[in-house]
Amino acid sequence: MSGFLTQNAFWILTIIKVVLLLFVVLTVNAYLTWFERKMVAHIQSRWGPHRVGPHGLLQPLADGAKFLLKEDPTPAGVDKFVYFLAPLLALALALTALAVIPFGPDPLPFRFFGQPISLWVSNPDISLLILFAITALSVYGVALAGWSSNSKYSLLGGLRSTAQMVSYELALTLSVVGVLLMANTFSLPKIIEAQAHSRWAIIPFLGWNIFGLSKGMIAPQIVGFLCFFIAAFAETNRAPFDLSEAESELVAGFHTEYASFKFAMFFIAEYTAMITVSCLCSILFFGGWLSPFPDSWTWTQYLPSVILLPFGLWVIWDGIKYETVFGRLVLPAVGTAITAVGAALIAFPQANEFIQPTFWLVAKVFFFLFFYVWARGTLPRLRYDQLMNVGWKLLLPVSIANVIVTSALVLWGGH
Amino acid sequence: MTAAVIIFFVLAAIAVLGALSLIFQKHPIHSALSLIVVMVALAGLYLLMGAEFVAAVQIIVYGGAIMVLFVFVIMLLNAEAEERTDFSKLAKFAGLPLTLALLGALAAVMIRARPGVANAAHPGSLADTRALSTMLFTNFVYPFELTSFLILVAILGAIVLAQREPK
Repeated sequence: MSGFLTQNAFWILTIIKVVLLLFVVLTVNAYLTWFERKMVAHIQSRWGPHRVGPHGLLQPLADGAKFLLKEDPTPAGVDKFVYFLAPLLALALALTALAVIPFGPDPLPFRFFGQPISLWVSNPDISLLILFAITALSVYGVALAGWSSNSKYSLLGGLRSTAQMVSYELALTLSVVGVLLMANTFSLPKIIEAQAHSRWAIIPFLGWNIFGLSKGMIAPQIVGFLCFFIAAFAETNRAPFDLSEAESELVAGFHTEYASFKFAMFFIAEYTAMITVSCLCSILFFGGWLSPFPDSWTWTQYLPSVILLPFGLWVIWDGIKYETVFGRLVLPAVGTAITAVGAALIAFPQANEFIQPTFWLVAKVFFFLFFYVWARGTLPRLRYDQLMNVGWKLLLPVSIANVIVTSALVLWGGH
Repeated sequence: MTAAVIIFFVLAAIAVLGALSLIFQKHPIHSALSLIVVMVALAGLYLLMGAEFVAAVQIIVYGGAIMVLFVFVIMLLNAEAEERTDFSKLAKFAGLPLTLALLGALAAVMIRARPGVANAAHPGSLADTRALSTMLFTNFVYPFELTSFLILVAILGAIVLAQREPK
């Protein structure tokens, strides 16, 4: 038995990692919907979900049950094969993209039958190119859903979305070229490592690509970041670029004819794409897992505990005010667990040091997820001609200019 | 049988089946989808030979950009399933012999080139990104620039054709 395990340790470990990653990401997805509804509600002076569980915390579970149990009618005249393929394709591609995202630099301190346990599923040399390849293919989920549904609104939504994604893909890819020129590699972990050398060691975050003040060169990528961020919003079909599902014009756009779990698959794909883009923003431009504080400030290592301890105590205090079982029992239990993790991190400095990179990456990813929701709550949707103008006449030339300027700075800006 | 050989035959089978499906499908969208399957299977074959960059670009350019345009145009024209016509007389009589001749020629070339193909299967040997770009911008810089120029001319031509007539 152990011989089998040692021989196939790599495959078994990869499968375990995939299952774990899917579990975490799908849970985060579910609570991202809750977070979004709550945030948008507060932006618009509403309460948001608050009936199912305290603070509406059980709403994602109720939604999930609804998605699974609802009737799933197939409209007449659809192209059956493509109609069923489209949501599958959208979800599978969105989840595949996560495989190449690195969540931390060092492998775990113990081994799995001789295999080091790194914090990524796969780390090819061309991870960034693989992500772009997946982005290029993910257009089909939307396009085919729109075409196969045998409905005007779906077809229009699919057409819009295809044109939009093809147009913004150019700017998306070109805006990253600056980062590639500075890091000299397609590998995401190496891109992060390349940002670790700030000009002044006391302000490490100046070495991040967005400021670009590293030891060898000065090449700020703030223009590249803005182009990338806007294009990525459009690629993920999120507000203010959600013309493919503009409710006021197209009912629900490309997924009008999808119900039940097939609709949920599009939904999960969209939120997973948001997570991937947030990871990419942090990794490419904001130093990934690098801390913004210098190494000599060891007290900043207690930041995770400083956040977790009060939050856990607050969850306990908040939970016991409720009269329901969930509020009285589950919330305090969760709060105790969070407090315990916070306390354990203080008690075991080695563990604390190990989770630092992951903590910073997750913190940055959450900031960008918040930004997504913020933009949806505050910005009006673009008109279709405005969308095309922004993509072709603004983002594309600006990102090409960024490539030229960055090349010049990398070539002549060094010492 | 190593894992690489098994993966090769699986990918090759997918590519061939996709190509056959491309020909026999009646609806243009289904044919386009089959072509995408062929493109992705080919990318897998490139990956197997260690040509990572070429594999990724194959998916980005062919599987993504070009095929998306195909699908987009088919959607935009709302093309219906095609009608079968009788084959032309030329295809009926010359088709099969010519196909066999082409197959024979290809097989002859492949049998002769076998050692070369086997040598190409070294990951990162010649096809990694840096080596590829160095080669493209030093040894092959003139063909590269000329191709870019050709594509630019094609873009200009498309714009001229698509322009409205000046009144």
